Amino acid sequence: MSTHYLIGNRPASRPSSRMLFIWLGFAAVLLLAPQILRSSLLHTHLTQMGIGMVLALSYNVLLGQSGMLSFGHAAFSGLGAFVSVHAMNLVGDGLLWLPLPLIPIVGALTGLGFAALIGYVITRTSGVTFAMITLGIGQMVYASSLMFPAFFGGEGGVSTNRVYGDPWFEWDFGPQIQVYYLVAAWLFICVAATFYLTRTPLGRLLNGVRDNEERIAFVGFNPHLLRYMALMISGLFAGIGGALMAINFEIATDEVLSLHESGAVLLFTFIGGTATFIGPMLGAVIGVLLTKFLPDYTAGWQMYLGLVFMLVVVYAPGGISSLIKPGLGVLRQTMAQRRYASFLGLALSAFALLAGTIILVELMYHRAAGATGPLHLFGMALDHQGVMSWVIGVVILLGGMLTIKPAGRLLFERLSAGEPALQGVPQ
Amino acid sequence: MTEKILELKGVYKQFGRTEIIRGVDLAVNKGERLAVIGPNGAGKSTLFHLISGRLPVSSGQIWFDGHRIDGQNAQSIYRRGLSRSFQITNLFHRQSVYENILSAAMWSQGYRYTFWKRISQLQPLHERTQEVLELIGLQSRHDVAVNLLTYAEQRALEIGMAVAGGSDAILLDEPTAGMSRGESDAAIELIKTVSAKKTLLMVEHDMGVVFGLADRVAVVVYGQVIACDTPERIRANARVQEAYLGVVKDRQKEVEDGAA
Repeated sequence: MSTHYLIGNRPASRPSSRMLFIWLGFAAVLLLAPQILRSSLLHTHLTQMGIGMVLALSYNVLLGQSGMLSFGHAAFSGLGAFVSVHAMNLVGDGLLWLPLPLIPIVGALTGLGFAALIGYVITRTSGVTFAMITLGIGQMVYASSLMFPAFFGGEGGVSTNRVYGDPWFEWDFGPQIQVYYLVAAWLFICVAATFYLTRTPLGRLLNGVRDNEERIAFVGFNPHLLRYMALMISGLFAGIGGALMAINFEIATDEVLSLHESGAVLLFTFIGGTATFIGPMLGAVIGVLLTKFLPDYTAGWQMYLGLVFMLVVVYAPGGISSLIKPGLGVLRQTMAQRRYASFLGLALSAFALLAGTIILVELMYHRAAGATGPLHLFGMALDHQGVMSWVIGVVILLGGMLTIKPAGRLLFERLSAGEPALQGVPQ
Repeated sequence: MTEKILELKGVYKQFGRTEIIRGVDLAVNKGERLAVIGPNGAGKSTLFHLISGRLPVSSGQIWFDGHRIDGQNAQSIYRRGLSRSFQITNLFHRQSVYENILSAAMWSQGYRYTFWKRISQLQPLHERTQEVLELIGLQSRHDVAVNLLTYAEQRALEIGMAVAGGSDAILLDEPTAGMSRGESDAAIELIKTVSAKKTLLMVEHDMGVVFGLADRVAVVVYGQVIACDTPERIRANARVQEAYLGVVKDRQKEVEDGAA
């Protein structure tokens, strides 16, 4: 699912043939991913990644593009999910005609409509005030889900069945892989549309309102209206994401409206990085890996999630996507100058950090779970009741911590003094 | 030349109980260059904020090109053909020089809140942006992020942003503040070029700039216009000398002595 080469900062300056190649590559990745990752469980994860990407893209129209921090994004996606579930039920009862692949349009209109309804008032504000109001709106919608059980289904939520009507070209969307392709198709549409937006006058103006909302008025544009439009566009795509959730899970409960859901979108968009187009999508992939994939392997997944978040905040405030370009640059230089030894040193330190952390976290969770047998990790048996395993973990972790900076510095010094190596002078 | 384009009638501005602007009457003729001078804290920048719609007036009227503009918001005033620059550099800081000018030129080129066309397709917009880039001499810096520009370049871009939309009247708030002598001379040449056939209203501290550039000078002291006349007559005006010019001349002498 690696798509990080998809978007750079200014593809406008790239030749269109290369852009076409990138888009075709993206489509190919979407098409081939479930053929390479074949299990049904992996298809579930891929589907959730796709939905997460749509939500992250919609969120980044607000945060990354327009500088509007929202704590209530789940209101838009969640309402999109609920209305979609009802629409599916109506179609199932024969009261409405709408094939399943078009259900996301219902979600889109819901998100757009809700944003249009509340947005004019709340986008008068910006910054912290706006963030607080969105928090309020999100909680209000969440609270109303229990107040209006006729629509929201109370605590049990509203369930539906995605297999209805006549199959589309022999697809009834029962199997997970068919849902995956439905999500992938909508993801492609959403990526293309939000990317197109960044290339339009409106997209540039949204950047303007992000960077300097005062100046935008003095070049003739209404900052309030721009924020309102940003919220509506974001709501539209969030609604699509919500509809895809409804199709995937065949149920909408108050959980989809919760603060937890809003927080997850914010968290992973931030982890991925808001400054690049690819960042939020990368964040969604990481999000699914950390919260859906990892729990199958370790009870300590939330610990890892927290660690990743902390590391990103401290060392990569621009998000993980901001590391791609410099990372590739170092890799390329290492190859060109053949500084494999220094690079290996750095890689070893990083590996020690990772391994030490994993050993200690797993030992702690193993101990907390009250297990009596040793912990089996990477084919080793570690006895959490003896001292030895803990010492090993701490030593490895310390080794990594103490060497990573010198190792990094050494590599960078060697690379920046790269001339002798290029001329073939031995080290 | 005597047709009034901008007129302030009895304009007051209070912040709480503090009166900053205390009854300003001022008329600017079409096509003239009017400089507003005055000591620090006299209310010059506030006056600009009132005209450009950044701040609302407390009382009084402001007319521009036959329309009353006090009480209108900043974007409406801009759309009437009155644009401004800022004393403290006020740009789209995460974007490039080119993108800044492009955004500033967009409204006048008719691309409002367009989301169905790509910027790269909008040839007239690019032509206009290129024109302004050449005008302010930043062609070679077009893809530099504005927070990496030198101070003088940022000030030039401020002016470029103000003129990119082709407004009839331009307000420049201390365009040469904080510049070296050489930079300041270049800025004056730029201001002369961009304000040709336009109405220019500028706040300026540097007397050399004012007397070389302006057709008329308005002296603001303590929230009131105490005189408005040609530079020569302003220089000769006893009240102005007492209130303002004397102080400045002393200060200029100090600066010159310091430099020598």
